[in-house]
Amino acid sequence: MDINYLQLTSAIFIGLASGYLGSFMVLKRMALVGDALSHVALPGVALGLLFNFAPLLGAFATLFAGIVGIWLIEHKTELPTESIVGLFFTVALSAGILLTPEPELLEALFGDISKITLLDTLLAVVFSVIILVTMRAISKGFILGTISPDLAKASGIKVARNNFIFMFLVALIVALGIKAVGTLLMGALVVIPAIASRNFTSSMSGYTKAGALIGLISLVGGIVLAGALNLTPGPIVVLVSAVIFVVTIAFKK
Amino acid sequence: MSNSQILEVENLAVSFGDQKVLENVNFAINKGDVLAVIGPNGAGKSVLFRALLGLIPYSGTISWASGLKIGYVPQKLSIDRGLPLTVREFLGLKSSSKEKALKALGSVGIATGQENEHHLEHHILNRQMGFLSGGELQRVLIAWSLVDDPDILLFDEPTSGIDIGGEETIYNLLHELQDKRNLTIILISHDLNVVYRYANSVICLNKQQVCFGEPHAVLNPDELSTLYGGEAKFYHHDHQQTNS
Repeated sequence: MDINYLQLTSAIFIGLASGYLGSFMVLKRMALVGDALSHVALPGVALGLLFNFAPLLGAFATLFAGIVGIWLIEHKTELPTESIVGLFFTVALSAGILLTPEPELLEALFGDISKITLLDTLLAVVFSVIILVTMRAISKGFILGTISPDLAKASGIKVARNNFIFMFLVALIVALGIKAVGTLLMGALVVIPAIASRNFTSSMSGYTKAGALIGLISLVGGIVLAGALNLTPGPIVVLVSAVIFVVTIAFKK
Repeated sequence: MSNSQILEVENLAVSFGDQKVLENVNFAINKGDVLAVIGPNGAGKSVLFRALLGLIPYSGTISWASGLKIGYVPQKLSIDRGLPLTVREFLGLKSSSKEKALKALGSVGIATGQENEHHLEHHILNRQMGFLSGGELQRVLIAWSLVDDPDILLFDEPTSGIDIGGEETIYNLLHELQDKRNLTIILISHDLNVVYRYANSVICLNKQQVCFGEPHAVLNPDELSTLYGGEAKFYHHDHQQTNS
């Protein structure tokens, strides 16, 4: 399997953005939300495949509808985010599996970055930059809102607005990551670099930067390795990041 | 509102659903006052704070003097032990000015001079928040509230007595802050001795306002038994004579 510059460019940007954003998701105890949300993308991917438009856009559309739905229900019912995500992702997975044409099902579930197009790569770069810049801009208020919503609100931080922007960014990164590792494995791309980074960092800036770097190494390393071994990239990417995680345990302070 | 008055509360009521958690609260405070809020558990003391800070919906009026900066020290901050956030970064969430952070740490009795630089860097600023002791965390939280030079401090006392270390009690510290920074303080307290020693007015809450006035005038056995139920017995002995 050939690895071209489109794949590598996408991998670098998606890796950085997923590692960086993932470190904030783990902070907010939303590690599994990213995983579950990725399933919400499946019906969108299916619609893209059925009606011949970029599955990435379909994925983003259903994800966006999903997070708006989750956010609204959360504010209406005050149920924990995770449980509402649980509702959405199982329903979406069911719909997605019924809708996805069978030949493409495996690709939708596990991703295939070798089929990435120039348009996909451009979208990956633009969306990744948006994620990195926006998250950095809201990070102070977001961190405070995560530690203590009261303290954040008393300091004039718009916690609900930040959470909404954050969920929007999560939807973006999930839509991007699906191309690389598929809906089933997307969770690994945001969770594993973050928890690996947490093993050896003690400051917020160290933690988020190392998370981004480990995301990059996992994705690029996984794709190169998969190319060399002629295997599906998605699972290899996850295994590479898992190996990094195991190594970081040795450095746990 | 008169000139020196910085907060006036009229007919304040708070409900959660059908349940009234606070009603008929009326009080006012002047610049430089220390107002203690007392009452049994579940009396609505923290709810009062949350209403004053605008964190929850309420009815009635809360009028702050205009342009007032409010500092808030919550009762507790639940921080994961492993949270990768240093004290420096925590203070930086409020202001990116290092001088302000150092000044605030100095105000809570953490030595910040040149000769203490090693201690300050390694044992305070670069420490993870989750590894601070209860007393250190309390000091850092107070420092946090002081970073942007507030005019008034809302201090929610921790339920269990916290040893902030050294000879100093948290109340000496508040007292000093009041003197040095000309701070007005509203303090939720569980210790009536503290109220006698440090507060110049007191408000007693038990879902409603039971009393408001100067501590010696309003804290009599009748009021206290209305407030805490018949069993409350409080013997007031004056520490000031022995200590000073």
